[in-house]
Amino acid sequence: MVDAIHPPDATNPARPQPGPAPAAPPVKTGFSALEIDTRFLGMVGAFALICLAFQLWTGLRISSSANPFEWLARGTFLTPRNIFNLTVQTVSVAIMATGMVFVIVMRHIDLSVGSLLGTCSAVMAMMQTVVLPDWAGLGLGHGLIAPIAIITGLVAGTLIGAFHGWLVGYMMVPAFIVTLGGLLVWRNVAWHLSGGQTIGPLDANFQLFGGTNGTIGEFWSWVVGVLAVAATWGAMAVARQRRIRYGFPLKPLWAEMTQGAIFAGAILGFVAIVNSYQIPTLRLRRMFEARGEVMPEGYTAAFGLPISVLVLAAVAIGMMVIAGRTRLGRYIYATGGNPEAAALSGINTRLLTVKVFAIMGFLCALSAVVASARLTFHSNDIGTLDELRVIAAAVIGGTALSGGLGTIYGAILGALVMQSLQSGMAMVGVESPYQNIVVGVVLVLAVLVDILYRRRHGERI
Amino acid sequence: MTPLVEMRDMQLAFGGLKAVDHVTVDLYPGEVVGVLGHNGAGKSCLMKMLSGAYQADGGEIYVNGERAVIQNPRDARRYNIETIYQTLALADNLDAAANLFLGRELVTRLGFVDDDSMEAETRRIMARLNPNFTDFTKPVAAMSGGQRQSVAIARAVYFNAKILIMDEPTAALGPFETRMVMDLIEELRRQNLGIFLIDHDIHQVKQMCDRAHVMKNGQLVGTVDVSQVTEDDLLGMIIMGKKPDRGVLEYGSGPVNRTPA
Repeated sequence: MVDAIHPPDATNPARPQPGPAPAAPPVKTGFSALEIDTRFLGMVGAFALICLAFQLWTGLRISSSANPFEWLARGTFLTPRNIFNLTVQTVSVAIMATGMVFVIVMRHIDLSVGSLLGTCSAVMAMMQTVVLPDWAGLGLGHGLIAPIAIITGLVAGTLIGAFHGWLVGYMMVPAFIVTLGGLLVWRNVAWHLSGGQTIGPLDANFQLFGGTNGTIGEFWSWVVGVLAVAATWGAMAVARQRRIRYGFPLKPLWAEMTQGAIFAGAILGFVAIVNSYQIPTLRLRRMFEARGEVMPEGYTAAFGLPISVLVLAAVAIGMMVIAGRTRLGRYIYATGGNPEAAALSGINTRLLTVKVFAIMGFLCALSAVVASARLTFHSNDIGTLDELRVIAAAVIGGTALSGGLGTIYGAILGALVMQSLQSGMAMVGVESPYQNIVVGVVLVLAVLVDILYRRRHGERI
Repeated sequence: MTPLVEMRDMQLAFGGLKAVDHVTVDLYPGEVVGVLGHNGAGKSCLMKMLSGAYQADGGEIYVNGERAVIQNPRDARRYNIETIYQTLALADNLDAAANLFLGRELVTRLGFVDDDSMEAETRRIMARLNPNFTDFTKPVAAMSGGQRQSVAIARAVYFNAKILIMDEPTAALGPFETRMVMDLIEELRRQNLGIFLIDHDIHQVKQMCDRAHVMKNGQLVGTVDVSQVTEDDLLGMIIMGKKPDRGVLEYGSGPVNRTPA
């Protein structure tokens, strides 16, 4: 049936020659041509519903009118200010959730992320308030303090994560146990490092990562937005060119255009929102005074994109590239799908486990930067219960605990859904015990709906 | 004639259980050699030492007369030893191309995984191996048994295998797909590959194999010229460990001349 099984270049690991591939199926038409991940679309829909509900509810609370449109108009949930705050509050959990996706895809779990965040935060706080200014003699406010403190924290987080991974991968201790131990150990190592005290205020440069304390202003926000749109469109065009070159089936052009327009709308829309959130006058005046200047009368300025959100964006892009475009990511998903097959393909699954936990540790440290900078100090309880929020975000975002399945963007959306629920309920005055009940129910419900959905589509779970 | 593979005095133990107990087998280019035995006879364990899945506790492997050190699947691949496992060893959540190139991904100049060229190569080889195969974007979990088998076979033959280990390649297949696999084995034999075929189907062994190594309780019962023995002889070796009166080969007597079936 065949006369030449081996292609001429099969021994050569170099790239094969592009050329028309046989038997390409016809071009898709209609809605399916958009090739949208329907599960993700469902999550976006649920998120939109949550936002809409809280907008109505917050409007209802301050309006005496019986007109729902009036509530919608007066609601405070979908204001630039609240959207800004919501995003800033989500960043810390979202950063860790992207790492948790890899951990769960590998069929592991990490219960220590909240405590690890605490330890990294304590390390960085002590570095910038005691070690560098006093012991190293740099003095408070030195320009090198923030970078050195951050690097120290990131290295500490990565090493601790790698240690967890070594115990799991090489010593074969279940990840649940290793990180349950880590949950207790690192929470109290943090306590030990800070002597149980709240450490602050943190270095001024360090605080730039905290959200309102560090935004890039209106102009640069537009620049970033436009560049992001250009990069997205460029990447889409390159991908399409490659498919044309290989003679693969293509999405129709209109579908590609629609998708590009949606991306551009989302990016520029978000920039427009954060650019319409004006810095309060009092705060502006203080900023001028801090520089020894006097604020001109009638001066206004918008916050623009927070640096912490840019950090999250960079993490998201980096993690998506790892997941989809590198061998590391390919091996993580392959191992999650079938550990035995991965090992038989020559993948070093033990070392892979170390790498995945090291990435998780690095991201915990990065979250520690954002979280402590937002508070402007290190507190003993920073990151407490974050492990549950992070796991919930990943799972709500479609990551399957059975392994092999999960997306980075899903986890970020999951984090956003959780944060929206929580702060929305706080805004309408739901008491905190009830908030937790709702969040718990939503977590289970999200997974249940996902399982039902996949069962209906005939997937083996 | 130098054997393509010699496994001399191989040993493998799990605790006190001797899974493979001083077994010596060989394989020549262009022949299909059956590896037969009951469940638990040690045939899969023997082959897994060759494919690098298990590390031998004793014994030596020679490839083309030279000592080969195989401690993991990566080593085995370096000696052009490929394996089609009974379980297929596919990552169900990934598509055909990702599975075909798993562990040996094609990368772009910048070192990123090059999914497009892998898909193109997969389309090309599938067009030859199994023209009915059209699902290039679905995860293999969503495929039929035959399609999954095609992916596993494509993975073994794509990378210029010289030595192929097939563990019950037709066990889960329908008649049409079984025919395709048997044709493929013939084709690979003509290309001078050496093939170890682990199989329970004696009828198929008679059809496909030149020689057969028969194992029982971790030990080698004997090596036979398949054309010289009956199916009953083979069954007697497998079940009772009884050497037949004719067709038994001494070690090192070389390949047998295959009489076309």
